[in-house]
Amino acid sequence: MRWIWIDRFVEFESGKYAKAIKNISLAEDHLHDHYPGFPVMPGSLMIEGMAQTGGILLGETSQFENVVILAKVPKITFHSWACPGDTLTYTAKLVDVRPDGGIVECQAHVGVRLVADGEIVFAHLDRATQNTSGIDQKNFVFSMRLLGVMQVGRAGDGSMTATTTSAG
Amino acid sequence: MTNDEIFEKVRATLVDALGVDDDEVTPEARLTTDLGAESIDFLDISFRLEKNFSIKIPRGELFPDDLAADSTLAKDGIVTAAGLEILKKRMPHADIDAFAKDPKVENIASELITVQFVVNYVLRKTSGAA
Repeated sequence: MRWIWIDRFVEFESGKYAKAIKNISLAEDHLHDHYPGFPVMPGSLMIEGMAQTGGILLGETSQFENVVILAKVPKITFHSWACPGDTLTYTAKLVDVRPDGGIVECQAHVGVRLVADGEIVFAHLDRATQNTSGIDQKNFVFSMRLLGVMQVGRAGDGSMTATTTSAG
Repeated sequence: MTNDEIFEKVRATLVDALGVDDDEVTPEARLTTDLGAESIDFLDISFRLEKNFSIKIPRGELFPDDLAADSTLAKDGIVTAAGLEILKKRMPHADIDAFAKDPKVENIASELITVQFVVNYVLRKTSGAA
């Protein structure tokens, strides 16, 4: 399994906000255990999807010079379910960018229905002192492979479907 | 801003960052021992203080991160008299005299960093003393 929990960015405004979608499919093994006979997207994976959306939003502000890791989730509330066949829309709004990291506010919707909302704090890993061999790759909210997700938003004719604008 | 005004804002900051109740945040409460703060929380708290008070907190100024590993401060796990002087200079917002009663190195993280410690820092910062 690839640790990529967003399928495509649909909107991206540099330094401000990003919107990504995740289509939930019964082909995903974990849904058969969570729960047997009642498949719902695990909250932890929705947090990961929102963290990947927000982490890329934050990383892009420094042109991915910083290694962004999920530091903590101070607030998260789940309001409803997301099931196979649903398209989750993750919205991340950049609240704060600091040399040491950043904070995003995030939401998950299915259509107009709010599924979850909260706040995620990211830290910039100090490149000078990092010991990359000891880092659990699962904690990275983006990697070079994941950056390709930003290019996925193309329609059948090759035109970009994602709205990517730059604040600068 | 007065001490009380800063305390109220620090309290709100810690309630947000640590998910604790209002009444748990007293001036004497220790961030790690009483309020359950972990290392990554100090980063979060610094972000929030910067935002809530419109101040800049240089890395290591509020919560010095290298003191426990500084071998010049302590001998056999106890902070020396010279070490206490260094702590006073590095952290004028800390109550080093109270810490000196039981100056174990591990107490820097578990005992020294209280809510009042944070309030003192912001007070100095907003009054232009730091």
